[in-house]
Amino acid sequence: MILSSDKKVIFQSKWLPWVLIAPQGFIVLAFFFWPAGQALLQSFQQSDAFGMSVQWSGLDNFAALWRDDTYLESFKTTALFSVLVAGLGISLSLVLAFFADRVVRGIWLYRSLLILPYAVAPVVAGVLWLFLFSPSVGLVAYVLDKFGISWNILLNSAHAMTLIVIASAWKQISYNFLFFLAGFQSIPKSLVEAAAIDGASVWQRFWTVQLPLLTPTLFFLLVVNTVYAFFETFGIVDATTRGGPGKDTAILVYKVYFDGFKAMDLGGSAAQSVVLMAVVIGLTVLQFRYIERKVHY
Amino acid sequence: MKRKFLFPALALTFFAATAQAQTEIQWWHSMSGALGDWVGDITKDFNSKQTDYKIVPVFKGNYDESMTAAVAAFRAGNAPHILQVFEVGTATMMASKGVVVPAEKIMRDAGYKFDPKSYVPAVSGYYTAPNGQMMSFPFNSSTTVMWFNVDALKAAGVSTDKLPQTWPEVALASAKLKASGHKCPFTTAWQGWTQLESFSTWHNTELATKGNGMKGMDARLVLNSPLHVRHIENLGNMAQQGLFIYKGRAGAAGATFESGECAMYTNSSAAYAGISKNAKFKFAVGTLPYYPDVAGAPQNTVIGGASLWVMAGKKAEENKGVAAFFNYLSDPVVQSVNHKRTGYLPVTMEAFKITEASGFYKQNPGTDVSVNQMIRKTTEKSRGIRLGNYVQIRTIEDEELEQVWAGKKTAKEALDSIVKRGNELLEKFEKANKS
Repeated sequence: MILSSDKKVIFQSKWLPWVLIAPQGFIVLAFFFWPAGQALLQSFQQSDAFGMSVQWSGLDNFAALWRDDTYLESFKTTALFSVLVAGLGISLSLVLAFFADRVVRGIWLYRSLLILPYAVAPVVAGVLWLFLFSPSVGLVAYVLDKFGISWNILLNSAHAMTLIVIASAWKQISYNFLFFLAGFQSIPKSLVEAAAIDGASVWQRFWTVQLPLLTPTLFFLLVVNTVYAFFETFGIVDATTRGGPGKDTAILVYKVYFDGFKAMDLGGSAAQSVVLMAVVIGLTVLQFRYIERKVHY
Repeated sequence: MKRKFLFPALALTFFAATAQAQTEIQWWHSMSGALGDWVGDITKDFNSKQTDYKIVPVFKGNYDESMTAAVAAFRAGNAPHILQVFEVGTATMMASKGVVVPAEKIMRDAGYKFDPKSYVPAVSGYYTAPNGQMMSFPFNSSTTVMWFNVDALKAAGVSTDKLPQTWPEVALASAKLKASGHKCPFTTAWQGWTQLESFSTWHNTELATKGNGMKGMDARLVLNSPLHVRHIENLGNMAQQGLFIYKGRAGAAGATFESGECAMYTNSSAAYAGISKNAKFKFAVGTLPYYPDVAGAPQNTVIGGASLWVMAGKKAEENKGVAAFFNYLSDPVVQSVNHKRTGYLPVTMEAFKITEASGFYKQNPGTDVSVNQMIRKTTEKSRGIRLGNYVQIRTIEDEELEQVWAGKKTAKEALDSIVKRGNELLEKFEKANKS
């Protein structure tokens, strides 16, 4: 193994690199490619719950989705939800990391407290927030009621959406915070100090020095948070609104989960997951093509 | 070399152990809390009364979770012997050929007398295939009733001697409650079950064609009839006036009645256990409300709850054990005890008579309401409801009804939409399960 001038590690052995990535490769194959392949296969089949009669149905499952107005509607819901979750999660954690970076004493306490929510399972996070926002017993609902706001997640779509966005973003803030904090700390102090000596205010230093240097982190988190909002939030929806009122919080991944695991319509669920996979792959490609250009490494 | 000797020795002890042991029967169920204790007690009683078989009850989460678990286990080849499936899953179980053995066959094969006529028709009918064979064993059946907070009604000046029995009376009582400052006069749990399904059979009106799907998989929803529209419109108006307060899907409304927040609500008769434990007020139970001007109403309400299914592919000896357990559960005395303990319906007519003779209904007024709603001669339209993809259809019902309560859709629009979306699922189910 030699280190070339641009610090890239180059292996001389032909097989060693393959051996080294084999464990990770196996995990990706077993837990990503194999299930994804299964989903693709099942999306062209129709079967009963127990898998006793499996029939090839061509594009029937996809055609059924296309005919379902509410399914098309849930694309809009998902888009709104994902933008809100990613936007709120990233901006709030950026602010928190910015301030945590400036804390001198007791930084470990702030850090631990801010990282803690990441250990909470999505369903539990959903239930916690539901307790606060439940119209009948929730503390927040009670306080809002005192201010004359009749809070009702059961029939008011905006209220329901607010709840799942807050719960989902809250869960992700810790993760984002960790990366932003590391990002802030890896910015050479000399740069920030030089700017300060030149008379830049805190805001100017942040906007013109720190933020541009954080763009790789920002970009990475944008991709990760989008994927999170699209794929990992069904537990929160299931524990709080169950897609209601009507279908106004029924994001795509929730319907995949519900149809597959509760209603046991595997073909329909698989078709939806294939569509969802295509959407997320498309989004990620777009992000890499157009947004990555603005990233300074 | 030592190892080679060890294996046969181990194998011997293993076989010796199994030869002596009773035949174990796995039973996956979804009964938690007080009802979980009940299941434990039943199996203990059965296990202590004979030595050949041992029923092992396993709690597998709520109804949809245990069903999903069983599907996964079946595909992997280690399904339990007995699976408790909620009424909503009945069509799915029936349509899955080669997955289950009919309960009736299990009992006949083991030499037990099996008389389908001894069962309460509305209960056994629900689980009987079009060819007349009882497919699963009715274990815990409940039905829809109306619960009243008597104290709240009194405080609002509603007569409690004759509780509201019809929808117009319910609206009137709700208005009085609201006028007296009550924040939640009326609500409902399980809106699809109480306000559409049971509402239909109670008024002897079809929810879906083909006898609500009991006669074949080519059934289609027809719940946008003028009567259905009238009822949902009525509830929608009550919602706009603050007389009906929506409290969420499934059983979410239960807690609001028990806490006293809501004064009247429609829910399962099995809510009795929770209400009697938690309510700090005088409560009463009444029949599901109806429209008195509709001919044929009230007919009978539809059941909810669950039944026990026998999974296929087990040894003959194990199937015999299942039959012995079902025979034990069919015993009228056992049934009567279970009925009194849980509030679930008695499954045989004999059990009902024993309970009546014991004076239980007189000592506990209202406990017979659900029974009286059920032990009637059922009609083609009221025998039961059996629809494929039912879990999803129930969710569609929730979604569309919520639009009415929120004032976003008219009753007609919402019901038309349920029919359109639901029928797509029914077509899909029919296609997927073509034999």
